[in-house]
Amino acid sequence: MSESSTGRSGFPPAYLDRVGSSFTDFLGLTSPDLLPGRRTLPAAPLGELAPHGTTIVAVTYAGGVLMGGDRRATMGNLISSRDIEKVYAADSYSVIGIAGAAGIAIEMVRLYQVELEHYEKIEGVTMSLDGKANRLAGMIRGNLGAAMQGLAVVPLFAGYDLDAAEGASPGRIFSYDVTGGNYEERGYASVGSGSLFARNSLKKTWRTGMSADAATRSLVESLYDAADDDSATGGPDPVRRLYPIVYRVDAEGAVRLTDAEVAAVADTIIADRSVGNEAREV
Amino acid sequence: MTMPYYASAEQVMRDRSEYARKGISRGRSVAVLTYVDGVLFIAENPSATLHKVSELYDRIGFAAVGRYSEFESLRVAGVRLADVRGYSYNRRDVTGRVIANAYAQTLGAVFTEQLKPYEVELCVAEVGDSSGGDQLYRLTFDGSIVDESDFVVMGGQAETVASHLREHYTRGMGLREALRVGVRALSAVSAATAANGGGHDQLPAEQLEVAVLDRRRPKRAFRRVVGVSLRSLLSDEPVTGEPAPAAVATHVHAPSAPAPGTPAGLGDPTAVDTAGGTADRTLEPDTQDGVGGGTEGDQPEPRTDDGR
Repeated sequence: MSESSTGRSGFPPAYLDRVGSSFTDFLGLTSPDLLPGRRTLPAAPLGELAPHGTTIVAVTYAGGVLMGGDRRATMGNLISSRDIEKVYAADSYSVIGIAGAAGIAIEMVRLYQVELEHYEKIEGVTMSLDGKANRLAGMIRGNLGAAMQGLAVVPLFAGYDLDAAEGASPGRIFSYDVTGGNYEERGYASVGSGSLFARNSLKKTWRTGMSADAATRSLVESLYDAADDDSATGGPDPVRRLYPIVYRVDAEGAVRLTDAEVAAVADTIIADRSVGNEAREV
Repeated sequence: MTMPYYASAEQVMRDRSEYARKGISRGRSVAVLTYVDGVLFIAENPSATLHKVSELYDRIGFAAVGRYSEFESLRVAGVRLADVRGYSYNRRDVTGRVIANAYAQTLGAVFTEQLKPYEVELCVAEVGDSSGGDQLYRLTFDGSIVDESDFVVMGGQAETVASHLREHYTRGMGLREALRVGVRALSAVSAATAANGGGHDQLPAEQLEVAVLDRRRPKRAFRRVVGVSLRSLLSDEPVTGEPAPAAVATHVHAPSAPAPGTPAGLGDPTAVDTAGGTADRTLEPDTQDGVGGGTEGDQPEPRTDDGR
């Protein structure tokens, strides 16, 4: 870690040459070993050895955007974690959720958070939402080599656009593919193993211009549906009090909904779906 | 054969100090004070974008006087050091002491090894969990470092401002009171005030750059105090007007619109974020004033801030 400690003469020269406001580019110059995607990987498939995170869902609503993820990570046929968190605040107005190889994904999120904050501190202004989405695409692109060996990371990015033109929806969602392709989504999006089921659920419950509460229900319900049909996605777990992680981003910034709030939504869904079953049991 | 000039080491150092001191005292002053909830930075600075005060890390702030290009590159180096350290260890492993030490080493090396010393004076401030934990490090052009407990004044007629502060400063002042004391001290020497030939009783909000490191804020303690909130802190009666923005209102980007289905930068050729493009119609400006587009063309109208 020689680069992060300073020697007798203070800052190493690279610190003082003003080359840019990107933290990733700076690390690439001074300590490339700290960057994901710069390491040589053994030429063997690693997918079975590394925990993988699964379903992430994002939906827009009238005042912004919501993102949620289930709590399960799997390693082959094993559940490697029941309480992993896969949705994080990227900065005060955007959130990122990750599906894929958990170790690399978490490292990437950490780097991405620093990248956004670093830019903000050096430039004195925050990056535009499109700029943030593009920076993330670059990071995914750098991971293609690892992705080919089973360590793919596919994020979902959403944010409140402070620069949104008059009349345009301020909540925006961007999805990615493993090669770094960056696509803006309309209304809702999902990634991960359960994404197919989640999307089908959202198709039926999501409507343009929903309220925050209705959109939260729609999102949690889509995760419930994903968990219903996908073995790698975890459903709400009332026994351990583990519920999906849900972030809401609006004009006030990104906040994580409390477990109690999400639990209330999940419990309503479970109650609604149990109706009628009691009658049949007689 | 030419004989090199001989100058004693003592003389060389004296000349360099003299040079740096002169450069620093030409500028305007910056005061850094501790108050009950943290650290307050006050700079006399008419520019709203070329900052003298800024954030280095979660609990660490930076203030500088002197030559802008020099302290700006030092500031960037400090942000980089903090972020690299925080990223490779942990956020709580970034301390003001580490950054202040790096500055001291760099300034000292430049002072002794290079022809021209940096004409800057810096303050690295760190806010602790209680007022006992607040640290102010003052760094001078030759790399000396001093740990101050109450306040630091740098640049311009620093001595006059400091003696004014010594008279009026008390520990544990609230934000409003600390700001008053600080602004009054800076006003005593400022060219903008009536006493020195300017038009104001004391420095007005437009001439001030104010920021705080507030220990009560959860993670990033640094916050700029701007606009209405600054004016109401400076005056006795509350200023009516638009509500103060909660965060820094610096959204300077052109308006954007969602464009699902179009890859970024490849959509509508008239959109701001599209590079080039092949529009069917030629993009003619509405006004035919003979001025072309590109860098020589009309300046776009500055976007009016809508209060966000």
